Amino acid sequence: MSDKPTKVYFYGTCLVDLFFPDAGMAGIQLLRQAGVEVIFPEGQTCCGQPAFNCGYWEEARDVARTQVALFPKDLPVILPSGSCAGMMKVHYPELFHSQPDEARVRAFSARVYELTQFLVDVLDVKLKDLGEPVKVTWHSSCHAVRDLGLKGEPQALIGQLSNVELAPLARTHECCGFGGTFSVRQPEISGAMSCDKAADAEATGASVLLSTDGGCLLNVNGTLEAKQSPLRVQHIAEFLWERTHAR
Amino acid sequence: MHAEKEILFRDSASKALLDPQLRANFRRAMDGLITKRRNQFPDPRDLQDLRDLSTTIRSRSLLSLPELLEQFEANCTKNGIKVHWAETCEQANNLVLSIMQAKGAKTLVKGKSMVSEEMHLNAFLESKGIEALESDLGEYIIQLDGETPSHIIMPAIHKNKDQIARQFSQKIKDAKYTEDVDELTAMARKVLREKFLKADAGLSGVNFAVAETGTLCLVENEGNGRMSTHVPPLHIAVMGLEKVVARLEDVAPLYAILTRSATGQAVSTYFNMITGPRGTDEKDGPQEVHLVILDNGRSRMYADPQLRATLRCIRCGACMNHCPVYTRIGGHAYEAIYPGPIGKMVTPQMEGVGVRHDLLHGSSLCGACAEVCPVEIPIPEILVRLRREATHEDVGSNVLGRGTGRTGTEDWAWRIWAGVLKRPALYRVAAWFATRFGKALPASAPLIKNWTRTRTKPVPARRSLSERMRAEGGSHE
Repeated sequence: MSDKPTKVYFYGTCLVDLFFPDAGMAGIQLLRQAGVEVIFPEGQTCCGQPAFNCGYWEEARDVARTQVALFPKDLPVILPSGSCAGMMKVHYPELFHSQPDEARVRAFSARVYELTQFLVDVLDVKLKDLGEPVKVTWHSSCHAVRDLGLKGEPQALIGQLSNVELAPLARTHECCGFGGTFSVRQPEISGAMSCDKAADAEATGASVLLSTDGGCLLNVNGTLEAKQSPLRVQHIAEFLWERTHAR
Repeated sequence: MHAEKEILFRDSASKALLDPQLRANFRRAMDGLITKRRNQFPDPRDLQDLRDLSTTIRSRSLLSLPELLEQFEANCTKNGIKVHWAETCEQANNLVLSIMQAKGAKTLVKGKSMVSEEMHLNAFLESKGIEALESDLGEYIIQLDGETPSHIIMPAIHKNKDQIARQFSQKIKDAKYTEDVDELTAMARKVLREKFLKADAGLSGVNFAVAETGTLCLVENEGNGRMSTHVPPLHIAVMGLEKVVARLEDVAPLYAILTRSATGQAVSTYFNMITGPRGTDEKDGPQEVHLVILDNGRSRMYADPQLRATLRCIRCGACMNHCPVYTRIGGHAYEAIYPGPIGKMVTPQMEGVGVRHDLLHGSSLCGACAEVCPVEIPIPEILVRLRREATHEDVGSNVLGRGTGRTGTEDWAWRIWAGVLKRPALYRVAAWFATRFGKALPASAPLIKNWTRTRTKPVPARRSLSERMRAEGGSHE
């Protein structure tokens, strides 16, 4: 127990900042609920992934550098996103390879965690379900699994909730079609992928689709709304917080 | 060979998406292949061990590629296989032609070979009055329609049984209409048997080339590879220069992972090891065996420490079977010899990253390909590297067409993007406007217009997380 961190940084990510602030607040609350003090440094913008993925590495580095500077202390940095955490943990070392500040960035990257990863692997939290029975389904974000290497932590947390039924999603490892700039550079393919993912999610009979990543949620939600589906999407942090805190 | 104008993947992909039959054919076929592969690897640790071993073998081979190729050539020569080198497809085609002409050969039966597709060999030979007939069933089917392969392992996978039934009844002489798969196969076999017996020459690809023994290994399921390489008096093999491995014992693990990754088979029906022409006391086999080793941009890939991983590929096709983009559009939409993730990686390096810039962006970087790649090629990483090469000349590489995909608009967009995001004060203002007025942006605004083709407009929250945390106070330091 004693070696568990008592203080962490929280990095909101731009998508959560602008589109899912409730998920960000919920993530912070979940950490606090687990007895961890949360520092939210001012001046956060974006991890730089869009420019990195498009090959504009200088621009990506400029942005990444300003982010790294916000987290000087040797504390874990927690993100409510597998994709952005993957960027900061796995791709920053590539991006800063042979740069003068490579060592500093690597030290930062080593401290990065996705929220559910931190809750399960480091804090080993035990959740108590206070909500009504509900059926949910899970979309595993490609970057959370394949870049960052999540090993079922979010599903494990959902599994702790006694009143939640987790319906398996067909082709669960298939990309939802978001892919950042891919969604606007290749809108036809992206749209086709997104429509298929929405249909698979609807076929589960769940009332809510959960994910670690705002990008996937924004994408699938837009598709579901366009077809006026009753299925809703929710960020895992928001869902967990809603079900576990006494109102 | 090299295109001069940018080829827009988006256009051909959009067209393919509109064909429901094509989409159904691919979805069904790819889902089936995914399941078959999964069943071959019940234990993820065993799979990982085999991947590690295969990756090591391929990486080690590439590490000493020049030496291995020399050793391989020497041993082939010792075995009586005549080795020829071609830097370009044009040279390779002319080599095949001159080998055939020297023997007075007028007809060629072909086993499946992607390198021969790379060379556009059939069209070339046809222009020289030589008939080249594909003998792999899938290749035969598409050749009847004048099509190119839509998959590197299953070239006719875009067609279903009914389409093939119609096609055979129209294109094969005296053929009756049937949807019975066995009868259809028998029809093709009847035509091909005849050709095997009469052909002046046979052509094949090479799956593994063994340096220490001078052996050409050929993996196949239909026996057409064996017929093409053993029945005609002349056998010509074509291969990319990356195919060589050091030792015979390197072949077993690569073979085990190739068939399992490709078609979900523990073994293929045929596995041929060719170590020379017919011996003096032997009753069958070709009188002459020639091998054409093709570069076509491979040396360039070899020279780059990161891009060299491209050459590890053993052409199993698992990346395309698992690719969400390929699954929806099939192989033809790539307008390239190699479709799918492997094609996105190889084609721009062969044709130029500028003209294939849009293809490089035809990926969500989901990583499904790298996850199943038997030799662990980090395909998304290489795609990002090539995107970077496409727009920047100064990465310090020798990539073909580097910097030629750069546009003023994109440059400008990223400069503004970085200009805002590296200045928290500016981001704060931008976020304030986005949260207050983002809703008012029309769905027809640039970029949003692309998003809203199939989705509702994304609407920012009323207050950003940062703003709420500021209001809360306390959490800042």
